[in-house]
Amino acid sequence: MTKIGTDEWVAQVGERTEAYRGLTAPVRRTWDGIPLGWRFAAAMLLVALLPVATDSSYVVRVGVNAFLFGLLALGLNVVVGYAGLLDLGYIAFYGFGAYTYALLSSDQIGVHLPAELTLIVVVALTAGLGYVLGLPSRRLLGDYLAIVTLFFGQVFVQLAIHLDRLSLPWADGPVNVTGGPNGIVGIDPIRLVGVTFSSVTDYFYLLLVAFVALAVGLHRLTASRTGRAWRALREDPLAAEQMGLPVNRLKLLAFAVGGAVAGFAGAVFAAVQVGVFPQNFETLLLIMIYAAVILGGAGSLPGVAIGAAVIAVFPEVLRTPDYARLIFYGVVLGGLVALLRPWSRLAAVLAGTVVLGFVVRFATAAAWPDAAAVAPGGLVARALGAWVATPPNATTVGNVAFVLLVPAVLAVTRLRGPARTWALPTVLYLAAFVWETRLVAEPSVTRQLVLGAILVVMMTARPQGLLGTPRVEML
Amino acid sequence: MEFFVQQLVNGLTLGSVYALIALGYSMVYGILKLLNFAHGEVYMVGAFIGYGVLTMAGGAADPVLPAAVLVPLMFLAAMIGSGLLGVAIERFAYRPLRDAPRIAPLISAVGVSFFLQAAALLLFTARIRNYDTPELIPFSVGVEVGPLRISLVRILVIVTAVVLMVALTLLVSRTRLGKAMRATAYDREAAAMMGIDTDRVIAATFFIGSVLAGAAGVMIGLVFSRVFHFMGFLAGLKGFTAAVVGGIGNIPGAMVGGLLIGLAEAYAAAYLSSRFSELVVFTILIGVMLVRPSGLFGTPALQKV
Repeated sequence: MTKIGTDEWVAQVGERTEAYRGLTAPVRRTWDGIPLGWRFAAAMLLVALLPVATDSSYVVRVGVNAFLFGLLALGLNVVVGYAGLLDLGYIAFYGFGAYTYALLSSDQIGVHLPAELTLIVVVALTAGLGYVLGLPSRRLLGDYLAIVTLFFGQVFVQLAIHLDRLSLPWADGPVNVTGGPNGIVGIDPIRLVGVTFSSVTDYFYLLLVAFVALAVGLHRLTASRTGRAWRALREDPLAAEQMGLPVNRLKLLAFAVGGAVAGFAGAVFAAVQVGVFPQNFETLLLIMIYAAVILGGAGSLPGVAIGAAVIAVFPEVLRTPDYARLIFYGVVLGGLVALLRPWSRLAAVLAGTVVLGFVVRFATAAAWPDAAAVAPGGLVARALGAWVATPPNATTVGNVAFVLLVPAVLAVTRLRGPARTWALPTVLYLAAFVWETRLVAEPSVTRQLVLGAILVVMMTARPQGLLGTPRVEML
Repeated sequence: MEFFVQQLVNGLTLGSVYALIALGYSMVYGILKLLNFAHGEVYMVGAFIGYGVLTMAGGAADPVLPAAVLVPLMFLAAMIGSGLLGVAIERFAYRPLRDAPRIAPLISAVGVSFFLQAAALLLFTARIRNYDTPELIPFSVGVEVGPLRISLVRILVIVTAVVLMVALTLLVSRTRLGKAMRATAYDREAAAMMGIDTDRVIAATFFIGSVLAGAAGVMIGLVFSRVFHFMGFLAGLKGFTAAVVGGIGNIPGAMVGGLLIGLAEAYAAAYLSSRFSELVVFTILIGVMLVRPSGLFGTPALQKV
């Protein structure tokens, strides 16, 4: 395909001319009428009330993680969403920031600098590192840049693990720089102008302020000369260069800004956790940040913020089986309601699923009378226990069902018309069965499964992300 | 000297496995310009299928079939299973994204990789499985070369890898399918206009690449005997490194790259420290990329306007 140009304006034409229809029209019209700034301020005020509303430090800790995530996602958004540079080594900046802060404020090398100075040093160093790692981006394009940065990220983790017994020519005996797999512990809390940030709540507000400042700053930057230049670079580097934009400088600047943000987030992370370990900076986290940016829609600030919140909070909710259940059945039901038309077909599928469930349940109960019912939990769990079959050795049967479920779901997406309606109850029941026998008991595995599936489904359904702008390629 | 040659054999064994993985990356990249991050997981599934066949045949200690039948059977099952998995991944995770922005299939690939890893963790738990090859083919059986004994398993691995690579080269250079693959890799749209069913050619490419990964999985299981859900990540990364060092999209390049990475890792582990072998591998990659951005054998990409 000859790509001549991509145009956001043409792509948005549908949204611009869309009339407000239906019952929710007044609500949507009012909501769209509120300026973005006010919506953001209201959301942040609500979030700021979180530590007041709950006395559980766990919830506040999740909030802290969400903010760290948000900072990282905003920083990555500059590199990927604005400048269009695929940086797969982003996590190294986060780790570098965290380790630098840890080294400069712990007993590891016996240095305890004041936090104001350390933070400045960290941000300056990570920005510099971003600049240096950005240097190859002048020559390497697209995927090749992704490859090199991916390996920079790997090298960082390897160094963090292996620099605990470094033999230096001038030192007698090996020097322990990073603490190896044991990491660095006993890191000083952040202390700014006489105020010590000691509790999780303190860090929550520190990060809230940082997040708001960064979001506002980036919003201003988007419309600025630099922001527009970045987007031009993303849309077509060649055309941007022909228009006289300093392409190389813009790329390096994007890397440096992204790196500085990640470095700051890393420093705060080190202080909150009071320790840094190599496994904090593995590829998994990188992928979660990418998921946040992509899910929300790369290049869209509100999208990225929402994506980060979802990716940070969602796995925590899955930890509690009851909530996880609620979400699972809620999402399945919601999906059916959204996708199945008309109502009669939806009703038929749901009724079919329920009936099928009871039939299977009683059949298995007759076959194995001594099998235990799905027991503990609230009302929902007990109702499910009466519906989902419980064979003996549930783990094995559940595994087999899981292996059957994946191709079954894929097959259903290919079916059309009545065949799909007929197949759905079986697949739905199989899904519920797998969920109850296997997935509920393994929250961490389920999280990974669900995250992977979401990424694939999201990409195939809406490649530009939730709030991202679709691109139209003009021929 | 003896030690040096021993490491040469180690490096060649590792290298042929990396080369097989690298071929899958390289072929897919050549034809779709897609970094197939799920490829390492296909290899992992291959290793598990081999393990499954071995277990069903009664385990290495007490097999119901003679080793000469069982080992080819393991290879065959793993190769076919992995091949089908690769085709399914392409069909459901990549094909809907043919015309999406470049990053979309990349993220989708990461999603598939996550999903497969978690699925393996769910089904097989985190326990490391063992092929227990010495019970099947004793390591003491082998060829004596001077003071050195090369075990039969290693010879088997290297020979199988060479056979597969020769077969692949013949397939790509001599058959109609190979011609169609080259045409599709060169220009998909033009190939489609010439009457090539590019969707089928792409599916075939995924099948072949995944078959090679499945074979590599069984090989690693036979030689190093450690099969677990996360094994695909690092092996995939190294196979990928091999593909990139050789020049991604270039089939002979992937083979040479694989051998190079395998040898580098073996010698780094032997002469420097096993702690730094991975670091050496990644440094080689970054060095090669900075000096020759298109890899050792790749042709520099001309930008078409």
